[in-house]
Amino acid sequence: MGTVNSGPLNLFGVAQRGMSAQLVRMNAAASNLANAGSVSGTEEGAYKPIRAVFSEDLDAASGLSTVAVNGVVREKAAAVRQHDPDHPLADANGDVWTAPVDENAEMVEMLEASRQYQNMVEALSTAKQLMLDTLRMK
Amino acid sequence: MSQDLFGIHGKALELRSQRMGLLASNIANAGTPGYKAKDIDFAAAIRAADGGVGVDKAASAATQYRVPVMPSLDGNTVELQNEQVAFSENAVGYSATLDFIRGRVDTVKRALRGE
Repeated sequence: MGTVNSGPLNLFGVAQRGMSAQLVRMNAAASNLANAGSVSGTEEGAYKPIRAVFSEDLDAASGLSTVAVNGVVREKAAAVRQHDPDHPLADANGDVWTAPVDENAEMVEMLEASRQYQNMVEALSTAKQLMLDTLRMK
Repeated sequence: MSQDLFGIHGKALELRSQRMGLLASNIANAGTPGYKAKDIDFAAAIRAADGGVGVDKAASAATQYRVPVMPSLDGNTVELQNEQVAFSENAVGYSATLDFIRGRVDTVKRALRGE
């Protein structure tokens, strides 16, 4: 992941990467929401929800740990079969396959990601203010 | 010289700064499965630093894992409300220490100007 901090990890690096991770999570939830209710003619073709996987990224030199996005994986949830013979995509049995997206869960996911993003911004602005106070000795 | 001028406050500011980083790490990892929250026992660290131990060493020796009030299923021990309270408490402590240091600097300045 590209970062403005190439040297040892500092507080800004922690916050930046933490915020990026939350943004990835929010994008994943948004993609899932956008594809809720999308229909496919085959079970394999149906949209599967995606989910960001986080892990801790410890910088031993500074003792700070930030968040690494290990990847965005597809969930293994089974597509929902619906009997709809009039649908243009319906297969021989008259079935279509809809994406197994839980809209409520995705909304909660987005809410949580945005709250954690806000927490990071709050912590960063406090830390930045204290650093400036120290710099200017005022 | 700087140690004599600022006394314990120089070390306290460094410790506060390190603790701020650690607490920010906790807040950043609030959603990371299996992450264990850490914190510096400030009283123990400042006591060690005051006793002549290096600040970095004192900080790492006083770093402890946080015991969660209610463990979560994914093994993450960050409880945001606790981290935020600790973060703001630490920020206030940092400001207070900075005030003490500023006081010392002002005293020396005044002495230099001969006011």
